[in-house]
Amino acid sequence: MRKETCPVSNSETPESLYVAREPVFPRRVKGNFRTLKWWIMAVTLGIYYITPWLRWDRGPSLPDQAVLVDLANRRFFFFMIEIWPHEFYFVAGLLIMAGLGLFLFTSAAGRVWCGYACPQTVWTDLFILVERWVEGDRNARLRLYRQNWDVEKIRKRTIKWTIWFLIGLATGGAWIFYFTDAPTLLRDLVTGQAHPVAYITMLILTLTTFAFGGFAREQICIYACPWPRIQAAMMDEDTLTIGYREWRGEPRGKLGTEGAGDCIDCMACVNVCPMGIDIRNGQQLACITCGLCIDACNDTMDKIGKPRDLIGYLALTDETRERAGQPAKSVWSHVFRLRTVLYTVLWAGVGVGLIVALFLRSPIDVNVTPERNPTYVLLSDGSIRNAYELRLRNMQGEDARFTIAVTSDAFVTLSLEGAEGLTVTVPANETKSQRVYLTAPPGSRAAVSERTNVRLWVEEQGTTNRVHHDTIFNGKED
Amino acid sequence: MCAKPIKKEPKQVETTGHQWDGIEEWNNPLPRWWVWVFYATIVWGIGYTIAYPAWPLIKEATPGLLGASTRADVAAEIARVDEANASIKAKLVAADLNAIGADPELATYAQNAGAAVFRTNCTTCHGTGANGFEGKGYPSLIDNDWLWGGTMEDIHLTITHGIRNTTDADARYSEMPKFGVDGLLDDTQIAQVAEHVLAISGQEHDAASAAAGATVWADAGCNGCHMDDGTGDRAQGAPNLTDAIWLYGGSREAIIESVHFARFGVMPDWNERLSEDEIRAVAFYVHGKGGGE
Repeated sequence: MRKETCPVSNSETPESLYVAREPVFPRRVKGNFRTLKWWIMAVTLGIYYITPWLRWDRGPSLPDQAVLVDLANRRFFFFMIEIWPHEFYFVAGLLIMAGLGLFLFTSAAGRVWCGYACPQTVWTDLFILVERWVEGDRNARLRLYRQNWDVEKIRKRTIKWTIWFLIGLATGGAWIFYFTDAPTLLRDLVTGQAHPVAYITMLILTLTTFAFGGFAREQICIYACPWPRIQAAMMDEDTLTIGYREWRGEPRGKLGTEGAGDCIDCMACVNVCPMGIDIRNGQQLACITCGLCIDACNDTMDKIGKPRDLIGYLALTDETRERAGQPAKSVWSHVFRLRTVLYTVLWAGVGVGLIVALFLRSPIDVNVTPERNPTYVLLSDGSIRNAYELRLRNMQGEDARFTIAVTSDAFVTLSLEGAEGLTVTVPANETKSQRVYLTAPPGSRAAVSERTNVRLWVEEQGTTNRVHHDTIFNGKED
Repeated sequence: MCAKPIKKEPKQVETTGHQWDGIEEWNNPLPRWWVWVFYATIVWGIGYTIAYPAWPLIKEATPGLLGASTRADVAAEIARVDEANASIKAKLVAADLNAIGADPELATYAQNAGAAVFRTNCTTCHGTGANGFEGKGYPSLIDNDWLWGGTMEDIHLTITHGIRNTTDADARYSEMPKFGVDGLLDDTQIAQVAEHVLAISGQEHDAASAAAGATVWADAGCNGCHMDDGTGDRAQGAPNLTDAIWLYGGSREAIIESVHFARFGVMPDWNERLSEDEIRAVAFYVHGKGGGE
């Protein structure tokens, strides 16, 4: 990664494994990738900050927040979708899709997640923007860095840190809004009435944002994040990644030098790099492929009248072809290949499966637990009765009346504990327990068989929603 | 950027004199941080024995300055729970017995508190499933056959005062004569009346003996408690002899044994041990187990 050669250590002078961080002062740059990154930053930050404030009417007994992780009531609301704890496979499915999506993008275009969409990248970019706004561009910041702690430095640092802290506060604040009603929580936060957990979570996220975006920056990517290590398995010779066309650029030399390549060693690509690396040393672990060096180099190439893309997106196969004098393959032929198609198919398969499951799921549900102590009760007329605990679930915003019914291999009759008929009212968005009895007449087949298969049905009145649960009727075997 | 190598001068340390295969053991000092942590634990340990109960004395340990006590913690926790439940307990005691189920909050509390009371006090005789022990004299509480009645009021009264005990004057009481032991009936008559009972409960029987037994039934006064048709009388705790449920068994031998020796099942008066709210809770629990009327 680093171009100096280190002295070979020997046993008498053990080398320290610690390397102090070299501060990075990325220079401002303009170009296509920079513009793209501004847009992505605006969209992702916008989604993050605005989402908790979106409203979605779900009726009187449900929260009206569009996206809400309701830990207290164990519900996850996402616009028209409401996920109950027993439907957690939806969340698992979404995580699998996120994983496959990451595989897809990485195998097609390298670390695009790292370079454009990762929160660490987005917030660091935002923090660097603030830094440049307060302290000036690269040279001014370098000067300030070397300067003694005079009034100017203290003033600038204080302003910068204050803005960083406020951004961190907004970040931590927005996070907790996802877990409870945002307007209520904001009022409670301001008036000091919110739960301590809210303040503590907010404080922790504020401080981590402040530290990660302001100071740790590229070290998170290099030392803390596992993704740079995993990515190698996702990439192959056709994966697009950022590279330096060394065969075009080398040997470096001042403009007009006889026999020199296109690289005039202006260091623009190094100065703009937020990771503090030199892309001309080749693709490396620390490179998050943000594309800023491409913008910087294109700017220089334009100025000296050389063709663009001395640094650009290219794959390993392109290098072979270009060295042989052939043109690089088109971007699409890199992106569309068996591997990426396979990832896309898997990704879409999981997605379609989830959507189908979402539409097929019933808004009511029943779970049956047979009473096992005792397995049956002898009644005075000699009939045999079994008891069952029904858990009736009404996943709708309104109260529902459920009618219970039974079908079985042998005749049994149904009755409900504490109710005359066979109908139960389950309140909106709740689960209700109901004790249910099945009775087999004296000497009947169900009464004298060790076990009889029965199916308990639950139907919502006035709708076609109907669910069932299979269980066993225990008889008194002679 | 290269790492600056840190050069370490090997310090002059004495050896312990121990030596294995030419390898000497150095007498390096303990790391300073380790030593300080060690001292700190000693200081902490002394402070701990002063602050908390530690040193065993003849009767009990030193109490410690902070007055910590796990027993007191438990007592405080129980007091806290009692305090928290005080209002709902008062509500339960004040409620109409048949209206408990209509109030969801009260019903939930009574159901759970009743289950706990039942597990602790009632399972010894009535079983963890409240189904008693068939033929052993411990009645099932979840069938539809009741000796003394299955309404909330009946169950509440039975639990409060018990059955045939000597400690509560209001206990439910009745006593079946020992027809055989006291010579009220001879063995033939007992056999005949047993045959009659088999007949009215729809079991296999000898018709001639049963007919003779019907006369014995009336003459001996069985109908006084069990009624003419043998359906029993809840006011006297006299069981229904015509149904499928038998407290002490429905076989010929068991019936003869019951007539000869009589039966005298006892239940304690739980008002001595349980508070009114606990009795009401357990009555509600039992009533909801499937037999409640």
